[in-house]
Amino acid sequence: MSDRRLPPVTQVGMVSLALIVAGGIYLSAHLPQHVPLGPAVALLCASTLLLAGNLAALARVQGFAWLRFFEIARWALLAYAIIAGMIEYSFVRDHLSGGPLVVLTLSLAVFAIHVPVLIGFTVARYDGLA
Amino acid sequence: MAHVAVSSAGPALADAPPPGAIERPDFQIVPRVGLPIVAVVLGLLIAGIAVNELWPLEFLHVVGGAAWTVIDLFLGFVLGPIIGRLSIPARVEFTTRLMPKMVLIMPTVVTVTLAAGWQLGNKLGTVQSSYHLHGWVVASYIVVGVMAVIALGLLEPANIAVLVEMKKPRPNPAVIERLMKRFIYTAGATGLMQVATFVIMTKLAAG
Repeated sequence: MSDRRLPPVTQVGMVSLALIVAGGIYLSAHLPQHVPLGPAVALLCASTLLLAGNLAALARVQGFAWLRFFEIARWALLAYAIIAGMIEYSFVRDHLSGGPLVVLTLSLAVFAIHVPVLIGFTVARYDGLA
Repeated sequence: MAHVAVSSAGPALADAPPPGAIERPDFQIVPRVGLPIVAVVLGLLIAGIAVNELWPLEFLHVVGGAAWTVIDLFLGFVLGPIIGRLSIPARVEFTTRLMPKMVLIMPTVVTVTLAAGWQLGNKLGTVQSSYHLHGWVVASYIVVGVMAVIALGLLEPANIAVLVEMKKPRPNPAVIERLMKRFIYTAGATGLMQVATFVIMTKLAAG
């Protein structure tokens, strides 16, 4: 099976997700005490940068199967937006507010975008392969 | 039911099924018949969190967690090796019947387990840092976090990609083989991590 030269989207995506998860664990582990938001914000920023880098690297790939990518990624985005919405609902239901809620909401947004990107990429990378 | 040929000897050049082609049943990547069931389960989850009573939350967390654990262990250590030893036609047929169901089951089961578990922890106070087994609770976050990254980054994309590849008029057996290996290995890895979940959850239950 011939494999095109592609950027390490899956590996970078997994690091980005790991950073999001680490930020979530950091915040959750301190409840209900006051949590210094610095480390969680730093992890979120790093994860967002990796997401942006992943998208930029993918955008530069010549001949990538974008139609297939978007065909899959848009449905995955819908599914993961619902999942992120459920988790957000749980946070709001538990009266989480202020900085931790903002950080966790933005983390959920990165999660809900990056997972569909990984699914769309994994499908599209094999499109048209002989 | 329509059937599509899957070549076991590389890509075909003509429209007709090549010699040695394997027939596979037609299938939906996301089985639409399962969507109402998923909607009902998620509705129960929303209701359980909204009423915030012990029994519904415990039910959703325990049932969801048991399903998640059993599926991971069974897939990784029982079905995985069996699938690997099946003939290619049997493997193709089994995959087309199993994988679409996994697309709906796993995200639903994981969402229900985690959301109900978090709410349950809030109700019981076990997610508070003052809880005497707080270290064990944080350990469970880490185990679940690692499983989530593996499942979201490797397992779920492989699941979808296998199904899309098999849906093509002339699927590439090498791509399917590669993605199925990734799926089974990652299911095995998360299955191993489920053992750690057993240890933590039984410790938390024992107090």
